[in-house]
Amino acid sequence: MTRKPTLAVWKFSSCDGCQLSLLDCEDELLAVAGAVEIAYFLEASSAVARGPYDLSLVEGSITTPHDAERIHQVRRVSKTLVSIGACATTGGIQALRSAHRLGDLVSAVYARPEYISTLRTSTAIADHVPVDFELQGCPIAKAQLLEVVGALLAGRRANVPTYSVCVECKRAGVPCVLVSRGLPCLGPATQAGCGALCPSYGRGCFGCFGPKEQASDVEAPSLASAFGR
Amino acid sequence: MTRTKTIRTDYLARVEGEGGMTVRMRDGEVTDVKLRIYEPPRFFEGFLRGRDFREAPDITARICGICPVAYQMSSCLAMESLAGVEVDGQLRALRRLLYCGEWIESHTLHVFMLHAPDFLGAASAVELAQTNPELVETALRLKKIGNEVMRVVGGREVHPINVRVGGWYSTPSRAALDALVPDLEWALEASLEAVRVAAGLDFPELEQDYLFVALDADGEYPIDRGSALVTSAGTAFPVPAFLDHVVEEHVEHSNALHARLDGQTYLVGPLARYAIHRELLSPLARAAADEAGLEPVVRNPFRSIVVRTVELVHACEEALRLIRAYEQPAEPALEVVPRAGTGHGASEAPRGVLYHRYRLDDDGAILDAKIVPPTSQNQRMIEADVRAFVTAHATLPDDELRLRCEQAIRNYDPCISCATHFLRLEVDRG
Repeated sequence: MTRKPTLAVWKFSSCDGCQLSLLDCEDELLAVAGAVEIAYFLEASSAVARGPYDLSLVEGSITTPHDAERIHQVRRVSKTLVSIGACATTGGIQALRSAHRLGDLVSAVYARPEYISTLRTSTAIADHVPVDFELQGCPIAKAQLLEVVGALLAGRRANVPTYSVCVECKRAGVPCVLVSRGLPCLGPATQAGCGALCPSYGRGCFGCFGPKEQASDVEAPSLASAFGR
Repeated sequence: MTRTKTIRTDYLARVEGEGGMTVRMRDGEVTDVKLRIYEPPRFFEGFLRGRDFREAPDITARICGICPVAYQMSSCLAMESLAGVEVDGQLRALRRLLYCGEWIESHTLHVFMLHAPDFLGAASAVELAQTNPELVETALRLKKIGNEVMRVVGGREVHPINVRVGGWYSTPSRAALDALVPDLEWALEASLEAVRVAAGLDFPELEQDYLFVALDADGEYPIDRGSALVTSAGTAFPVPAFLDHVVEEHVEHSNALHARLDGQTYLVGPLARYAIHRELLSPLARAAADEAGLEPVVRNPFRSIVVRTVELVHACEEALRLIRAYEQPAEPALEVVPRAGTGHGASEAPRGVLYHRYRLDDDGAILDAKIVPPTSQNQRMIEADVRAFVTAHATLPDDELRLRCEQAIRNYDPCISCATHFLRLEVDRG
């Protein structure tokens, strides 16, 4: 019998929500656990198997000098590395720090700033090490996660769409909230994956799944500024 | 001769976020206990400054993927209280229903998948699935039902998109909620069984004299809101006075800031809610607690797993009650006009009281934000429990002692992701 591929799940600066998405695959979790050896997944298990690992899922962004080192160790023990979620693929919400002076932020939260060891930036995993696949989303979509894991283990290309949320709205028959209601909507510049969630609840898209593949650098900002936000 | 020993776990497993633990002993006496937090700081309170007040629910949800609803509720309540708006009636009933979904999801995750393996000698729920497949299948279905409630009401289970200051973007139809009823009825039965299973576990011995703190929700078991905080010592104060009583301190032996209430170490979460509000539990939850032989005040922290299952029953029964009484409101939200001032909001996250305070300017821009999550409040108590446990069981072999200390930490379902805009990092500058 061939050895089961090993799966590792790593966390950097994040909310844990994308790792939780794996545990939220209630119908598929035991099947996944049967197909792979979950070798390192601290949120779920205290058993830790030594690397190297066939597939590493990495959640979170790089925000400390220590993590900037640690991600290289993770890369070294990972045959295939997939960054999951907005933090790991873009720096995430904590990248908003870049709009502020770091000293102001630290002293806004911590009484003794001299003990805080942090970087000025919050950066994506791919800014530090080569990444085999980036799965966008805040949080990631469970179906896409299962597709990526399945595809990589089967040695095929993951089928994750790179078109915009607009396509999902049209397919779902959701009336365009931007056109019909004049609501600010980032859908045209945002990658699909949520299933047109916000528009179907009568709300403009606010970009959880990040820029679509061919979004121009000006598309999202100009969309946003058109609405004065 | 002096004998010293250190029991250390570098990476705590089965908790949300990254932390470690060190216990130092000398001649059988505990000299130091540290719950070390090395989750990187994310500065939410810092970058909330300048953002529009309506963005707070979506931004703060990202503090925690396990309890985003708690953040959304506490932030909405703070903004609404400042604007003088009270979200009530069915709009509020939906909030409580969404929150019940989060309790079901979060408590199930913790009870079955993170905590039960400690009691049953497994490394994980996946390993448990080999020895106790029915238990794990029940857990997965229960968790899925909690998630389904969050999906129907909130749009999705992690970082729901339907919550807004003033109410909702859209409200579900009566039929959409009715469709949840069969699953929730199953969940209620499964939760009752979970109480029986949890009550039959073996609990390490430890009795602590806790100061319990929970929200007071005007005659309801506190979940989605509360007007005041009450303590087991009989004191009470309104939510806006939270920071007059809860003070964060730097303790020499630890790198973490610790909260104290009027100078005392205290506990928030299921044990506290249960001790203070047992009489307000739903009828089946109270009956299940009685049947499980749960005393009115549980002082053994290892038995918190039983209290969580009792709250699971409560959340299922409450969700069913809310759905049966539901009528779709005419409008999904109330108008909230911001004004300059300070707003306070608090709700009961699965792990305990979550307090938010925001100061706004006239245009509704956030001038500053303060968030006190439950894990920060419990941190001193966690360390005190570990210290007491090790003192009482110093003769246990090291490995066993280490496992039990980890279990004692997991009693609190600590959420380190939540706590890190608050907790101090250990920085080795050597």
